[in-house]
Amino acid sequence: MSGMRYQAPGSVDEAVALLADANGAARVLAGGTDLLVQLRLGMISPDLVVDIKKIAETQGITADGGGFCIGASVSGAEMGENADLKAAYPGVVEGAELIGSTQVQGRATMAGNLCNASPAADSVPALIAAGATCTVAGPGGQREVPVGDIPTGPGQTSLGDGEFIVNIKLPARPANSGDAYLRMIPRTEMDIAIVGAGVNLVLDDSGTCTAATVVLGAVGPTTITVADAGAALVGTKVDDAALAAVAAAASAAATPISDKRGTVEYRTKVAGVMASRAAAIAAERAKQA
Amino acid sequence: MAKHHITTTLNGEEAEYLCEPQETLLDVLRDQVGLTGTKEGCSSGDCGACSVMLDGRLVCSCLVLGVEAEGKTVETIEGMADGEELHPLQQKFLEEAALQCGFCTPGVLVAAKALLETNDNPTETEVRYWLAGNLCRCTGYDKIIRAVMDTAADMRGA
Repeated sequence: MSGMRYQAPGSVDEAVALLADANGAARVLAGGTDLLVQLRLGMISPDLVVDIKKIAETQGITADGGGFCIGASVSGAEMGENADLKAAYPGVVEGAELIGSTQVQGRATMAGNLCNASPAADSVPALIAAGATCTVAGPGGQREVPVGDIPTGPGQTSLGDGEFIVNIKLPARPANSGDAYLRMIPRTEMDIAIVGAGVNLVLDDSGTCTAATVVLGAVGPTTITVADAGAALVGTKVDDAALAAVAAAASAAATPISDKRGTVEYRTKVAGVMASRAAAIAAERAKQA
Repeated sequence: MAKHHITTTLNGEEAEYLCEPQETLLDVLRDQVGLTGTKEGCSSGDCGACSVMLDGRLVCSCLVLGVEAEGKTVETIEGMADGEELHPLQQKFLEEAALQCGFCTPGVLVAAKALLETNDNPTETEVRYWLAGNLCRCTGYDKIIRAVMDTAADMRGA
């Protein structure tokens, strides 16, 4: 990484110009908890690192049309300290807070987790389940993109040259709605998910589910939105039969690999367990919302 | 490549250093500033030996570029004691022998101090999760956890 330059622009336009001029030899720095590891290991050797944390639009958590706008520089620790965000989207916050240690939480961002494009990214399933979008800035201006469209495979994203994520937006919460994220790891802390499951659902006044999204992580090259699992919840009271159907649909949709942390058979089974438990928690939260 | 001239507030005093863009805050603290209390363990954010406070947040200094500290406040293990007077955590770690080789200890102390500043009455579970990113290969953790709990109790009583 000799000859690497560092820039910390103060505006979105400056950052886009710097990234575009580098012709693909630049990397975006937010929390750095993936980037610095990759630099250290020599996995990447960019000519330029663009630190986006000084750009006002990437900072802070703000109210946005009844929902939230979370800047790309916002750390997991900041999210955990935001009572309004935690109350509205506990599943999104718990996903982000599962990333790494206390030290990593002080720096790691959801935008970085999304762009690092690990299949096991803990913050991504709940974001997709919640219907989150992100603002992508680039040479062509700014566009709003569903969060799920950013990762295209392990370590791969749909972002073009000169593009970066400015913020992530969570929509307004309907009444009686809730979310949850659960993951399975072989240890009790500080590990990579072998299965993650994010669920976001809406109930009506009688407690019947009217909408549900179930998203799995770590059991495919990208997250998997399990339409059958969402459909299995709609029209039910999220009872045992519905949860069993969610589990069956999630296991059927999972396409995991075997590695030292879990076999295909185990991950497939656990995908169903995590999805159904997350759905039950989301429903409980929706009733209390 | 031109070095960056960085000015920070380090353990309460203004400090300046020159650093290359790719140098980490850990490299700078140890090799430029000469504060070697902050240890290099894994250099990948897994072990916590390099824990410091950056603008009041606990971070791994191996995962921060030296240039990012411009204008920020950095607190290291060297700033923990008040002159000759040890911080209560340091004192308790000595009294209860909550260390063996000591390599992880600066990071553990910095992290534990950060916990007690936000939560003066943590449960054992809270201490264990808070310190999950500080690896110790000697103690088996029990003495560390107990020393932090006992310090918290003392500080509440003080």
